[in-house]
Amino acid sequence: MEAVSAAQIIFIVVALLTVATTFLVVTVRNLIHAALWLVATLFGIAVIFVLLDAGFMATVQIVLYIGAIAILIVFAVMLTRRVMQDVGPQSNENWWLGTIVAAVFFAAISTLLWSIRWPALPGAVVGDTVLALGRSLVDPNQYVIPFEVASVMLIIALIGSITLALPGKQSE
Amino acid sequence: MVPLSWYLTFAAALFALGLYAVLARKNAVAILMGVEIMLNAVIVNLVAFWRYGNPSDIAGQAFAVIVFAVAAAEAAVGLALIISIYRRRETVMAEQIDLMKW
Amino acid sequence: MPELKIGDLLVSLYDILGWSLSLLGLHSSAVSVLQKIVSGFVLANFVMLTPIFTIWVERKVAGRFQDRLGPNRVGPFGLFQSFADIVKLVIKEDITPAGADKVVFNIGPVLAVMSVVGIWAVIPFASTMVGTDMNVGILYSVAVGAIGTLAIMMGGWASNNKYALLGAFRTVSQLVSYEVPMIIALLVPTMLAGSMRMNAIVAEQQVWFVVAAPLAMLIFLISSIAEVGRAPFDLLEAESEIVAGFHVEYTGMKFGVWMLAEFVHAFTISALAAVVFFGGWRGPLAEQYPLLGVVYFLIKTYIIYLFLLWIRVTLPRVRIDQMNNLNWKFLVPLSLAVLVVTALVDKAVPVGASLGVRSLVLFLANVALILVSISLLAGFSRKLQASENISVDSG
Repeated sequence: MEAVSAAQIIFIVVALLTVATTFLVVTVRNLIHAALWLVATLFGIAVIFVLLDAGFMATVQIVLYIGAIAILIVFAVMLTRRVMQDVGPQSNENWWLGTIVAAVFFAAISTLLWSIRWPALPGAVVGDTVLALGRSLVDPNQYVIPFEVASVMLIIALIGSITLALPGKQSE
Repeated sequence: MVPLSWYLTFAAALFALGLYAVLARKNAVAILMGVEIMLNAVIVNLVAFWRYGNPSDIAGQAFAVIVFAVAAAEAAVGLALIISIYRRRETVMAEQIDLMKW
Repeated sequence: MPELKIGDLLVSLYDILGWSLSLLGLHSSAVSVLQKIVSGFVLANFVMLTPIFTIWVERKVAGRFQDRLGPNRVGPFGLFQSFADIVKLVIKEDITPAGADKVVFNIGPVLAVMSVVGIWAVIPFASTMVGTDMNVGILYSVAVGAIGTLAIMMGGWASNNKYALLGAFRTVSQLVSYEVPMIIALLVPTMLAGSMRMNAIVAEQQVWFVVAAPLAMLIFLISSIAEVGRAPFDLLEAESEIVAGFHVEYTGMKFGVWMLAEFVHAFTISALAAVVFFGGWRGPLAEQYPLLGVVYFLIKTYIIYLFLLWIRVTLPRVRIDQMNNLNWKFLVPLSLAVLVVTALVDKAVPVGASLGVRSLVLFLANVALILVSISLLAGFSRKLQASENISVDSG
């Protein structure tokens, strides 16, 4: 077997750490800790994006996932804190079924993955991918419609979540 | 270079862990975290396929951007739902939210 | 040995460092990694040591603003006051409150400093001197800054103190909200320069972007002050309301590290504003002698820093509802309007027009926008006053 390159070592270390933190996210009992481990996971995935030469994706990952979603989750955990203080088992009675499903899924997918011959080397990146991405998102022949639909969906989600979370004027 | 199958296996591992969280966790917020991890695994796959396919065709990244938007919307609405349920029923445990179940 | 050029002193030093490391017989990739580690170490230390000076400036200037002398006991003009403060902080007892989450409690301040120092990796000191000129520089600075919010949340939660937790809640509502106008305001110079690369943005500023985008500059400064959490937006540590906010349980040097993060952050947003809106290292002869560019950049940064200081010592603290209203009802719509108007006007200017004409047209568009928003605000405040008068009369 040929020598392991620096990129491979970095990938292995980061991937193992990320999977370990993800494991903690799904098993730790204290939910705030789970949310903080989630931040570590998201950061590890950002590093993976950097290894994939997708710097824009990595920064968006940090802005969006760590800066917004993770903070929202921590916030929600804190708002529902009285319930969180119980440190009993955090998994339901079907946890063993969940474990089996997840394990079977992973085993099946990875056997499938390793039986296929993938392109061995990444293609050459031509030019500025950020520029190309920006152009493709406003190009009528490419992705302008999905992009606009996504923005409309964001507005709907925004209004919807405000309506849902507004302290209830409706009588209970 | 790192082979493509490594990235895909990594993403599959993340997805499986997220799936476990969704199936086995009691707390609605923890279930939401599992969903976020699964979405992120999908994004890793999209970006990896973009890189190892034809990088001048930006489709993979454009799709990943859309998934980012969906993840943000999903987190916002999901957490709003959880908070509103918590206000009404004083619980965020998924098994106790059973009004629709009989 | 590479020659030592005074005009490009720091880059020459970098090369000499690499040359002397290669004399040790190291592999070329190991040399470049070591070079980067050493220069990153120097940069981070420069950034973290500036507060020793800026705290003194701050106290001295604030003293003058409030008609007193400021520190004047330790050393000439009180210059060594900061050192005395550091000694005091270091020898204080280091307390971790009972029931606190120790690990999270200790990581909080470190993460806060890390998030601010990280921004300096993309700030160009001169045309040749930038940590890493990545193609998403501006977005990177926003991304790294966002981690600071998380640090404050961690510190506030881990303290196991309701005032600290309240401070953390306020922080989330303030910092996350003000990120919106800040990012939109940063989009304007990105659009004008056609790149998110920091050095490209500076290179495009033959006419400073503050001329073409004065409103974006103001929005950026206002929302950045809110991001730092300084007066008039210091709600997250309002002494009279929630004791000291998220860092109420921190003592000794851990408290000092929070303060360090705040002061470095204030300095960092001045530097960002200088780079993005005030031409960064641009100035006479800066292209030939990059060392001069560093001087110009630091002078601009300090002038903006003094401006922020002026705001800090002049304005009283806003209420929390005023803070939210200012953001969501004024800054966000205004920044969106600025973005749209800039895009439209920039496209409307004929292609052959010179940079000066283009900037002037954009400036006029901004002035029009300012007039429109002022008249709208005036109408709104008249309506508000009228309704308040009625309620007072009837009450």
